[in-house]
Amino acid sequence: MSRTQVPARKSSVKIIRSRPAAPISHRRNVIGGVMSFVWLGVVALPLYWIILTSFRSQSGFFVDGPLAFPSEPTLDNYRLVLENDFWRYLGNSAIVTGAATTFIVALGFLAAYAIARNGRGVSKTTFTVLLLGLAIPLQATIIPIYLMIVELGLYDSLLGIVLPSVAFGLPITVLILVNFLRDVPRSLFEAARIDGASEWQAMIKIALPLARPALVTVAIYAGLNVWNGFLFPLILTQSEDKRVLPLALTTYQGMFTINVPAVIAAVVMSSIPVIALYIFGRRQLLAGMTAGFGK
Amino acid sequence: MSVKAARKADVGNHVGPPASLSVPALAAFGVFAILPLFVALGLSFTKWNGLGSPEWVGLANWQEILTDPDLGHSIALTIGLMVLSWVIQTPISMLLGVFLAGSQRYREILAIIYFVPLLLSSAAIAIAFRNLLDPNFGVFASGLLPFLDQNWLGNPDLVFVTVTLIISWQFIPFHTLIYQGGARQVPQSMYEAAALDGAGRVQQFFFITLPQLRYTIVTSTTLMLVGALTYFDVIWILTQGGPGDATRILPLAMYQKGFVANQMGVASAIAVVLAVFGMTISLTITKLSGFTRMESQMEGE
Repeated sequence: MSRTQVPARKSSVKIIRSRPAAPISHRRNVIGGVMSFVWLGVVALPLYWIILTSFRSQSGFFVDGPLAFPSEPTLDNYRLVLENDFWRYLGNSAIVTGAATTFIVALGFLAAYAIARNGRGVSKTTFTVLLLGLAIPLQATIIPIYLMIVELGLYDSLLGIVLPSVAFGLPITVLILVNFLRDVPRSLFEAARIDGASEWQAMIKIALPLARPALVTVAIYAGLNVWNGFLFPLILTQSEDKRVLPLALTTYQGMFTINVPAVIAAVVMSSIPVIALYIFGRRQLLAGMTAGFGK
Repeated sequence: MSVKAARKADVGNHVGPPASLSVPALAAFGVFAILPLFVALGLSFTKWNGLGSPEWVGLANWQEILTDPDLGHSIALTIGLMVLSWVIQTPISMLLGVFLAGSQRYREILAIIYFVPLLLSSAAIAIAFRNLLDPNFGVFASGLLPFLDQNWLGNPDLVFVTVTLIISWQFIPFHTLIYQGGARQVPQSMYEAAALDGAGRVQQFFFITLPQLRYTIVTSTTLMLVGALTYFDVIWILTQGGPGDATRILPLAMYQKGFVANQMGVASAIAVVLAVFGMTISLTITKLSGFTRMESQMEGE
């Protein structure tokens, strides 16, 4: 079956893992081969420049060739970023991402469970609304959201960023979890009920552990979106101590101006958490990124 | 929709969990995603500077934006960005994705590098490229390759293409990943049969891979087109919509009207245009492709 349009069922959580043999052909794929190396250059060149630049001294940046190895490699840029509130911005990003992801996954799981196993009444409505909601561009809502957050007295607070982020993380999360939970055989739940488990216990003891791979996938997807989010923090916060990392990068640009190596070091440091995730859980991370789309 | 199936299965005494478990999610989404759409519609008939209370002005904002050549320009740019970024991203993502679907060791290593841009936030990418393309200190400023030594982000004739290329650099890995997943689903036996019939590489691509990837193409295209409506952060950091209005796509026009010029009413009208635009595109494509048909295929097995 190659019905690609059906987002993430159980199998697609493991897309990356399943690796059927290549479309075999004994002739070489010349076009693909050439393309792949051209693209390698396109991807690697900016990354190479970013890494080298972050280790250049400020004078070296003007003297060395842009792609030459740093003549006097230094860690000063990283130190400068650390000395300028990096930990605070990182902490803010972590709080916002952690809180929003927790709410998205918790609310999403409850809703998905009701939709997959009940599917009537308000849970049916929820599903329809969330499906339609997939198509709402977040940008179109920022003025009312700004207004609402101000009215709620949450302007310039981290909670103010969390609330709308949760809302926009829900549709995909629920979609994926519903598809996953629908594949759990009903008889499992029925057997548990016959054995005297309450609906609540059936959910906690059966659905929750079974859904773990799907929960990890949606948590990664939702978490990355919040972590990288720029627009909500931009319109909903202003003071320095509420700043999250993506926004802080523009602050560093303004602060360091022509000290380009320091700006670039900030770029690298802001990416370290996700890079670490990539190193230690590449397949999970990539599966999470295409949650609901790949297959 | 498996509601019918669920109902059938529930005919017995088994009821399942209460539907009300979905209420918190519905409430959160309703308040912070659905309600704002209606509020934006309401605000589009008012004059409001972001402070104080909005004042009813009827259709004045709509008259203004519909006759404003600037907004026409923003819409044209947005559509241009959609088309150009699709044209750049789709063939590259598809070829790379199909190529990476192969399991050769070196392709796996290439894939590890290809996906690195996925790890950077839009803000990080925009800041990096802004410095990398700096006309005085950037990579191309050394004059080694004179035709590349341009003011990429400052020249109004070049900036739109530059921005589109940077956005493509950011998103091609994502779409490659989607195409890789799609290509791995194509049954191997089809290629074997085609090879027996004497079909070459190129023929196999056009007669097997491409048709088999049709749903992947739909998914990826939807995401690209709707995505093009919403690129805000990259362009905001790279150019703030400039120079002049050379990269002022709809979301930037809205942001500037609302949060820079403090004309929230006019900005809300633009937001409504944006929402209608986005929802029309994605609902049309998904209707055509059946993306919302979500019944579990395990059911009934």
